[in-house]
Amino acid sequence: MKARITVTLKNGVLDPQGKAIEGALKSFGIDGVGSVRQGKVFDIELGDLGQTQADDVLKQACEKLLANTVVENYHVETTA
Amino acid sequence: MKASIIVFPGSNRERDVGRALEKAGSHVSYVWHAEHELPIGTDLVVLPGGFSYGDYLRCGAIAARAHAMDAVRAHAAKGGLVLGICNGFQILCESGLLPGVLMRNEQVRFTCRFQHLRVEQNDTAFTRDYARHQTIKVCIAHGEGNYIADSETIKRLENENRVAFRYCNEAGIIGGAANPNGATNDMAGIYSDKFNVLGMMPHPENLIDALVGGMDGLPLFTGLNRAA
Repeated sequence: MKARITVTLKNGVLDPQGKAIEGALKSFGIDGVGSVRQGKVFDIELGDLGQTQADDVLKQACEKLLANTVVENYHVETTA
Repeated sequence: MKASIIVFPGSNRERDVGRALEKAGSHVSYVWHAEHELPIGTDLVVLPGGFSYGDYLRCGAIAARAHAMDAVRAHAAKGGLVLGICNGFQILCESGLLPGVLMRNEQVRFTCRFQHLRVEQNDTAFTRDYARHQTIKVCIAHGEGNYIADSETIKRLENENRVAFRYCNEAGIIGGAANPNGATNDMAGIYSDKFNVLGMMPHPENLIDALVGGMDGLPLFTGLNRAA
């Protein structure tokens, strides 16, 4: 089983890196860009786990380390 | 005063803070992060500056989960003193010993320069050798020092007088261009609810010798030395 975890900043949290990227895109003349928020993606290979167990493991990984839930949200997707 | 400095892979200011503590008269030991216990008789734990784990994932995130941090949490829970400087402040926030987060500097730039601070109060173990509202000159060197927390937490920090230092200019005027990173309410350092844990972005340990810029950092360490 494989999982992809996406960690993004919560709404309202200032994202200076996203802002800098947004500014760069606009200065390169790439039209139509509204705003940019930067996040992180983790691709995780899981051992032989059932879906419920995998969900548990991934939730633990997110809450304990991958996301700082004070300022970040996480989203988990699993594929067989 | 027995101080234990926790050393993580990538810490690089442990000797400087050790020198500052020794100059103030404290006994210093260095503790590797994989240790499960602090040296017997530890009064003060110091989390030094640096780039623990290369700042991977988030600054201080991986170090905050080290074995030694469980011992630090237990020490703090008993009322023991804990000082986190720069990366140490980031580790304290990541480990839940202090509220909030240190985000990327507003200008998205690593900033290394002299910095003035206003000492907000002088009735804590850390600031007793300063005067209240004294302006001191120390150093900053960080890319992620932009302190933020939810508005409830900020309100609580302010109401409980838990702001230790604020960024100011040489004349002691807070904020504006003197804020190097965009930190909420110009907060440069904050205390835990029992005032036994202090996290601060600036480096007081750099300013303990007149030959290299000044002595304004030393009172923090002499004050701590008198705490035990």
